[in-house]
Amino acid sequence: MKELTCIICPRGCHLVVDDELNVSGNTCPRGAVYAKQELTHPTRTLTTTVRIVSEKEVSLPVKSDKPLPKEKIFDAMALINKTSVKAPIKIGDVVIKNIFGLDVNIVATKDVSR
Amino acid sequence: MIKKRLVIIGGGSAGMAAAIKAYELGERDILIIEKNAYLGGILNQCIHNGFGLHEFKEELTGPEFMTRFSKKVEELGIPYRLNSNVLNISNDKVVTYSNSQEGIVEVKADAIILSTGCYERNAGAIQIPGDRPSGVYTAGQAQLFVNCYGYLVGKRVFILGSGDIGLIMARRMTLEGAKVLGVAELMPYSAGLNRNIVQCLKDFNIPLYLSHTVKKVEGLSHLEKVTIAKVDEKMNFIEGTDITFDVDTLLLSVGLLPNVDLFNKLPIRISRTRGAVVNQAMESDIRGIFACGNVLHVHDLVDYVVEEAREAAVGAVQYLNGELKHEGHVYEVNPGNGIGYVVPQIVYIDDVKDKLSFKFRVRKPYKDVDIYIKEGDKVIKKIFKPAIIPSEMEIVKLDKSLFLKEANEISVYVEERK
Repeated sequence: MKELTCIICPRGCHLVVDDELNVSGNTCPRGAVYAKQELTHPTRTLTTTVRIVSEKEVSLPVKSDKPLPKEKIFDAMALINKTSVKAPIKIGDVVIKNIFGLDVNIVATKDVSR
Repeated sequence: MIKKRLVIIGGGSAGMAAAIKAYELGERDILIIEKNAYLGGILNQCIHNGFGLHEFKEELTGPEFMTRFSKKVEELGIPYRLNSNVLNISNDKVVTYSNSQEGIVEVKADAIILSTGCYERNAGAIQIPGDRPSGVYTAGQAQLFVNCYGYLVGKRVFILGSGDIGLIMARRMTLEGAKVLGVAELMPYSAGLNRNIVQCLKDFNIPLYLSHTVKKVEGLSHLEKVTIAKVDEKMNFIEGTDITFDVDTLLLSVGLLPNVDLFNKLPIRISRTRGAVVNQAMESDIRGIFACGNVLHVHDLVDYVVEEAREAAVGAVQYLNGELKHEGHVYEVNPGNGIGYVVPQIVYIDDVKDKLSFKFRVRKPYKDVDIYIKEGDKVIKKIFKPAIIPSEMEIVKLDKSLFLKEANEISVYVEERK
């Protein structure tokens, strides 16, 4: 049995999920969907920065273009922190392609012109 | 002296959204004045995602969100000055700013929109007890260092205050290799959004100490120790509850205050939001001077900042076109039971085009409540909410036709269902 707080709306229902993934404590159906996803395959979008060689900036904000499995977040950070890019960069430019073969790219979230 | 129809002070999300809206309404003589070397304001350092769900129906990071607006400003050719600090606004709407190219410049404006955002309460503001070592930062300061300058400000971190920036920084510092030992919150509930408690603290097993605050800060030159203790309902420390952490960094996320410095010398009333008292057009006590975004009241979502900025732009353009009459029936809007504040505080109902929105926050969390909006002693709107918390601003949009124009007081209050 697992307990978790629903993050779908401000109500913040206290969810209880049993071993057969039956959800209780939710006051709407969205809570059950969230709880199942969270317990079977929790994912998170990663946002961080990479080094950039540029006249204006020293760091470039980036994100994973899809959510990453939660357990890969620190591995992804280690790889991203070894990466460096050169200006010019545009929003959406791929900084690391298909990270760990997960079909997720790390992409720029800011334009840096020079 | 230069003349401008509309001067917008602050080129963050509020200022840009107001400028774009005013342009779309036909106003062409606009100038945005921005103190930083770039447009976009604080969103430049908010690299996390969660912005734009209302505005663009997708989840964007701060830089992505603000770039959509700065591109539009460029595309429309709306003039702006960067690296320019506004020194003064006079009663007759002369804006004085300075920068290194132009020196000191005076602009006579027909209308002004103030969109200067907010600032963080710091260690002085909350009178933190103990030594005064280095290593104590506001969360936003640390965010700037980490995200924009590439410096990790410390390795062992404690965070005071569970505001969203503090929670976001707990995650950010952890991802970058720091150890965050805990977050203390004075109140018995978190000041941040629930999703941030889960995503930023629980994901990384960072403990949240509710009803706790910092009792002592120690360190000769640099921070060495932070001691927290539990507080009772009267906010007095409870003996025997001390916990000491060996840390090199203390981040403070203890509230934001509207940056109304430029209003200080003007005959403008300040409301309980700590921003200006405004009417339905987001207009202050001085006709033609408007305010929107975090300088008016601190928002939790930039999407709502943008929406409010558009209301201010509509108001400013109405004013410039002589359509704000300030005549006819007028209301004073007051927060009632359970409500901390309501914006706007004054409504000239005849100047409202079709809809009017009230924005407010509750004082404490409620479940199963009805929100009432009352004109005099008549309820004109009642809305049920399964849950409502202080960290999430409520917006109620009302049709102009709902107003009876009988009494002069409107109150907004909540009542719990039994």
